[in-house]
Amino acid sequence: MKFSENWLRTFVNPPLASAELAELLTMSGVEVEALEPAAPAFDKVVVGQVMSVKKHADADRLNLCEVNVGAGPALSIVCGAPNVKAGMKAPCALEGARLPGLTIKKTRVRGAESSGMLCSARELGLPGESSGLLALPEDAPIGTDIRQYLELDDKIFTLKLTPNRADCLSVAGVAREAAAITATSLKIEHVTPSPVEINDCLQVKVDEPEACPRYCGRVVRGVNPAAATPSWMVRRLERSGVRSLSVIVDITNYVMLELGQPLHAFDLANIKGDITVRYARKGEELLLLNDKKLPLMPGLLVIADDAKPLALAGIMGGRESAVSAQTRDMFLESAFFSPEAIAGKPRILGFATDSSQRFERGVDFAMTRDALERTTQLILQICGGKAGPVAEACHALPKRDPIQLRVARAQRVLGIKLGKEQVGSLLRRLQFSFAEDHEAFYVTPHSYRFDLAIEEDLIEELARIHGYEAIPATLPKAVQNMLPDSEIRRDVAALRGILVARDYQEIISYSFVDAQWEQDFSGNTDPVRLKNPLAGHLSVMRSSLAGSLIDCLRFNLSHKLPRIRLFEIGRCFAAANGNYAQPEKLGGLAYGDSLPEQWGVPARPVDFFDIKSDIEALFWPVSPRFVKAEHTALHHGKSSQIWLGDKSVGWLGELHPRWQQKYQLPHAPLLFEVELEALTARALPQTVEVSKFPLVRRDIAVIVDASLSVQAILEDLRTKKPPQVIEIALFDLYQGKGVDSGKKSLAFRLLLQDTQKTMTDAEVEAAIAQLVQILQQQYQAKLRT
Amino acid sequence: MQNLDAILQEALAQFKRTEDAATLEQVKSHYLGKSGVLTGLLKGLGKLPAKQRPAEGQRINQAKETLEAALEDRRNALKARKLEAQLAQDALDVTLPGRGLGVGGLHPVTRTLERIETLFKSMGFMIAEGPEIETDYYNFTALNQPENHPARSMHDTFYLDDGKHLLRTHTSPIQIRYMEKHKPPLKIIAPGRVYRVDLDATHSPMFHQIEGLWVDEQVSFSDLKGVVSEFLLRFFEREDLKVRFRPSFFPFTEPSAEVDMSFGEGWLEVGGCGMVHPNVFKYVNIDSEKYQGFAFGLGPDRLAMLRYGVKDLRLFFENDLRFLRQFN
Repeated sequence: MKFSENWLRTFVNPPLASAELAELLTMSGVEVEALEPAAPAFDKVVVGQVMSVKKHADADRLNLCEVNVGAGPALSIVCGAPNVKAGMKAPCALEGARLPGLTIKKTRVRGAESSGMLCSARELGLPGESSGLLALPEDAPIGTDIRQYLELDDKIFTLKLTPNRADCLSVAGVAREAAAITATSLKIEHVTPSPVEINDCLQVKVDEPEACPRYCGRVVRGVNPAAATPSWMVRRLERSGVRSLSVIVDITNYVMLELGQPLHAFDLANIKGDITVRYARKGEELLLLNDKKLPLMPGLLVIADDAKPLALAGIMGGRESAVSAQTRDMFLESAFFSPEAIAGKPRILGFATDSSQRFERGVDFAMTRDALERTTQLILQICGGKAGPVAEACHALPKRDPIQLRVARAQRVLGIKLGKEQVGSLLRRLQFSFAEDHEAFYVTPHSYRFDLAIEEDLIEELARIHGYEAIPATLPKAVQNMLPDSEIRRDVAALRGILVARDYQEIISYSFVDAQWEQDFSGNTDPVRLKNPLAGHLSVMRSSLAGSLIDCLRFNLSHKLPRIRLFEIGRCFAAANGNYAQPEKLGGLAYGDSLPEQWGVPARPVDFFDIKSDIEALFWPVSPRFVKAEHTALHHGKSSQIWLGDKSVGWLGELHPRWQQKYQLPHAPLLFEVELEALTARALPQTVEVSKFPLVRRDIAVIVDASLSVQAILEDLRTKKPPQVIEIALFDLYQGKGVDSGKKSLAFRLLLQDTQKTMTDAEVEAAIAQLVQILQQQYQAKLRT
Repeated sequence: MQNLDAILQEALAQFKRTEDAATLEQVKSHYLGKSGVLTGLLKGLGKLPAKQRPAEGQRINQAKETLEAALEDRRNALKARKLEAQLAQDALDVTLPGRGLGVGGLHPVTRTLERIETLFKSMGFMIAEGPEIETDYYNFTALNQPENHPARSMHDTFYLDDGKHLLRTHTSPIQIRYMEKHKPPLKIIAPGRVYRVDLDATHSPMFHQIEGLWVDEQVSFSDLKGVVSEFLLRFFEREDLKVRFRPSFFPFTEPSAEVDMSFGEGWLEVGGCGMVHPNVFKYVNIDSEKYQGFAFGLGPDRLAMLRYGVKDLRLFFENDLRFLRQFN
């Protein structure tokens, strides 16, 4: 909603500067998004009349003009505008005038003296043609300051209205609000009905009284379609962002902006029979004012004559019944369509109009007839003609039941002491009618407010007018219990901390991704799809973070970063039994060298076991199991699933060369992904006694088949070991010279300790022998000596 | 015996002159060895008259002790000098860079969310979470936005292909889910990703919100102002921060307010808030005559932009490491 401040001030004129008024409106909930001057600053420009025009002797395109500017002698001005002619009136900048980007001085143009400038709209910074002088009406008073004559010191208010405040979608509505918040009086004249001079009348039949509780219409005959829209009206329309089209359309637009009531004028000659308000029938069509042919679906309310639909009720008129430059006789409509009948339709149709926007949110149903009278008045005034009687169909209008407003409730909700007197006075400022008893008011909302239904709505009204700023900011007094803090759940922040300490940078990427990524990195050909994605490459919900990590890698490689380590924590999505699984996952990527390039450390590319150690650190002190398994995204020989108990909770590995090539990566990154849930659980520590007796270390080395899983051997040994063996760990792996091909040498470190006594050599040897026996029998291991 | 003093002086001088341990040991044996000078003197005692012997013996022994002490000192001094030389040789260029892994960093929005959570936890708020694929019911209906409610067009919603689900447009559905499961008093914040069909310098199709909810018997609008203002002051750590509340409209709060803040020039919107609408309480079976409370929704991305002077929201989701590393 945009309007001229001067227009507003014809209704309410509080003693406040523009900016102060704007601030008050904003702070009362009618946000003024912009406050701009109607024209840029300039001075010394007056209405001038061109007395004579003579060709410049030395220039074909220039004319020498004598211009009457009222005071003083006529001015000689050289003018190049093509539309200059004797007798016309135009803005004339006097000597010393400061225009936007230009100061006017007495000068000579090709030998001819020029003391001033005749101006185009563009030269004054006004909207309009730039090719010629701004022609002013014949009755423009010569010598008058143009700023005054064209009201250029006016300002334009642009409102950003919330959907509940449809009552402010008109200048009168904003004036009403301004009057309430500034406690000034409102000057809205009651419209005197125009005399009925003809008997012509259309019957109005409303088939759908719920959708159209009120309909007023009248015939007006004999208007002059060529009448000019008065300049004051054009100006107000323009300052509301509405272009002047033709006089009748201008008048209906004007009344809509003034009072908030959308109106429609039909060409009477194109109406067959009478008017019916009904739902569209199957198969009906309507050529709209925007020249689109719309197949009408049942459920769309239409205005029809005896033959066919003429207009989409409350949304847009039809082309065939529209008024034209030849229209002399018309049928004017002012109706109240219920919000329920219009709401949602613009979304289905794919377009909204000034009219639909208002009806959808609620139009003042007490205004229907007055708005029709106001329109009639302006048409008769400007275009002449004679008006017929008003045909009105009125059914059950929206209810406005009194709402109870308890003073105590208002105090409790707002947290301030608000006396009953004060509440009453605030309600009066809002012009509510109400009854009261000793503790409550019973307030009847206005016909123009569709957002007041319950006590809280009225409490907000009180708070608005009282001023949100006048309500103190306090901290609640409440019982403060300590927050629970579960020690067996690890904070996600701690996990992030581990990765950050291990040189990973966190990223946050879109949850919607390219469908191709889902297919390549997850083998997912049926991802969760968006119906209305922002773009084709953001059309499916990711089931894995891998695609986003690789995309981020590619983006950063383009900046010549040689070593990149990333992680992200985010939800991933998969359809599951008619619903969606949305687990949070933690994904990571490492690319380039294992360490930053530095002195004293030989460089080597990051590998599977570097990443594995990061994952082990994340799980620590829990040890997940790593199970060799293939993964669409990964190199078959360098990928593993991560198991916790009997559940696979993630994977890691090196990117498959196929994708490395397709995504043009110089080296293959290592990737991992783990379900966050698996990482956040942890056990409460349970302690055992620390032994006071000496610790014994023994190392054993064995040769086994290269295909054997070290993890399996370790798990087996740990399960079957005697209790004095407190640690078994692999400390070396060797393949090569001295070890047959197909075999590998494993070296285990064994720590032994008894909790009750110092172990004897014999006891140590017995324990070791037991482990060696397992290795020999289960794994055909050969002991190295 | 004049001679002894001269020998002593010379020996001490010789010790002092000696610069390495091996020579020092040679010097030592010259005086103190089996056939050393002092040993010779002691052996010669027998030639003296018995009367002089004890005094002379004591003198020689004293000289020997002095010499031995001087020798020990000299040995230590030479050892210390050798160690010094060794250390000097081992000296590092301590200005060389340290070795090992680098350190990564948190995303600025995570960093901001962690701060927000810490501040609200200190006031007793618990953290709640909810799904990002939502139903129409939780995202709109239970938040008092029935179908065709004009407020629905305030959000440009991403819908899923199934025609039934959508991507949550705000974190407010978490309010509903939480209130369905818990009875008042309630005090939560709920951070998370939200989605709207929008993309320019100040809008991203995915962004973050943090929802706050406090429901109890007496929690008022005045308290809402207090809690949100207090948070912003603590978050920005600036005394010159101004906060204002102006009437606005959200279907799920009444009265509703927009929160603006300013560092002196102009106002910036940082969130919306209001008193929980009685219709919302109705959907979750909380008696709105007994309980009341407030809810607020803040934009962590926007707060991070203001806090760190980031001009374009899209930078947060572009993941340019040259940008992200500035927050490490």
